Amino acid sequence: MHPVLNNIKRAAIALSLMGLAFQASAQTKVDNAWVRATVPTQTASGAFMTVTADSDSKLLSVATPIAKDVQIHEMTMKNDVMSMGPVKFVELPAGEAVKLDPNGYHVMLMGLSAQLKEGETVPLTLTVENAKGEKETLEVKAPVRSLTNMEGHDHSKMH
Amino acid sequence: MTALLTRRKVLAGMGVLGLGLLAGCDTRGELSYKYGKDLSDKILGRTFKLKNTDGETMSLSSFRGMMPMIFFGFTQCPAVCPTTLARAAKIKKLMGKDGDRLQVIFITLDPERDTPEILDAYMKAFDPSFVALYGTVEETKATAKEFDVFYEKVPAGDTYTISHTSTSYVYDSRGGLRLGLSTSLSAEECTEDLLTVMEVC
Repeated sequence: MHPVLNNIKRAAIALSLMGLAFQASAQTKVDNAWVRATVPTQTASGAFMTVTADSDSKLLSVATPIAKDVQIHEMTMKNDVMSMGPVKFVELPAGEAVKLDPNGYHVMLMGLSAQLKEGETVPLTLTVENAKGEKETLEVKAPVRSLTNMEGHDHSKMH
Repeated sequence: MTALLTRRKVLAGMGVLGLGLLAGCDTRGELSYKYGKDLSDKILGRTFKLKNTDGETMSLSSFRGMMPMIFFGFTQCPAVCPTTLARAAKIKKLMGKDGDRLQVIFITLDPERDTPEILDAYMKAFDPSFVALYGTVEETKATAKEFDVFYEKVPAGDTYTISHTSTSYVYDSRGGLRLGLSTSLSAEECTEDLLTVMEVC
C-alpha cells in the first residue's frame, strides 16, 4: 500500500477513535478528583471531586476495586453537630459544578484492602443517569493526597 | 479544739488568699472573643479519665500549664475530623512560640474501631505533639455526656459512621474552660481567639 495513504488512514482511524472517546465522556465531566490517604490498618477513607453534567442528571453510584463497599454520603452541620449518612443519589443539575468535598457530599470508601499512600492513584467508576434514564459510566483516576490536607475547609466560609 | 479551729481558719484564709492570687489570672467572663463562643460560664470535662496511646491514664489536670484544645471524632471520618486536625496543626504553627503551650487532644468516639495503634499513627500524621485519648464504650459515653457532646452511630451498609458534635473546647493553663471553636472558623480566626485566652492565662 502507498505509505502516504496508509498514514492518512491511520490518522483517520485515530481521529474517529478520539471522536468516540469524546462522545462517551461529553455528558458528564469530573474534575479535581482525589482520595484522602490513610494510616496503616485504617479501613475507611473519603473520595472527593467536582462533577458537572451537561443535562439534568443524577450521580447514582461510585465503585472502586480497592474498597469492599462504596457509598455516597452527605455531611450536614447543624448547631455544630456534624451528621453523616448515606444518600441514594446526588442531583447534578445541568451545567452546574457539583462539589463532593469535605463540606457536603462525599464518597465513602469502606473496607479498604490496603493503606492508601500519598502519590498513589485510585481508579473510580462513576455511574450517572440522565433525565431520560440513560446510564453512563465514567472512569476517573484519583490521586491520593495527604491525610492532613485541608482541601475544602476554606470553602465553608462561602456558605 | 480552739487551736485546731484557728488553724482551720488560717488555712481557709490562705485559701481565700490563693483565690485572690488566682483572680489575677482568672478573669472569667471578661474576655471577649471575636469568633469563638465564650464558654467560661460552663463546667465541662472536669472528671473524665481516659487512656493515651501509651496506655497512661489522663485527665484534664494532666495537661496543667498547657492550653488544652479538646475535640471529639473518629478516624474513619473522612471529612470533618481530619480537617479539624489539620486546622489544629496550622493553628499551632500560626501561634509561633506560643503554640508550644497549645495541647491538642483528640478523644475518639469510636473506641471499638480506633485502636491505640491507629490513633497514634493518625495523630503523628498531623503533629507528633497531638494526644489521642480513648476509653471503653462506657467511659466514652460518660466523657461525651460530661462535655455535653452529642454522638450517635449511623448505619452505613454493613458498617457505620458517626454523627457528632464537632466543637473544639479550649481550656486555659489552669484548667478553666474558656472557649468553644466551631469547625466553620478558619485557622487564622481560631488563632486570634486562642492568643486572647493566652494573654490572661
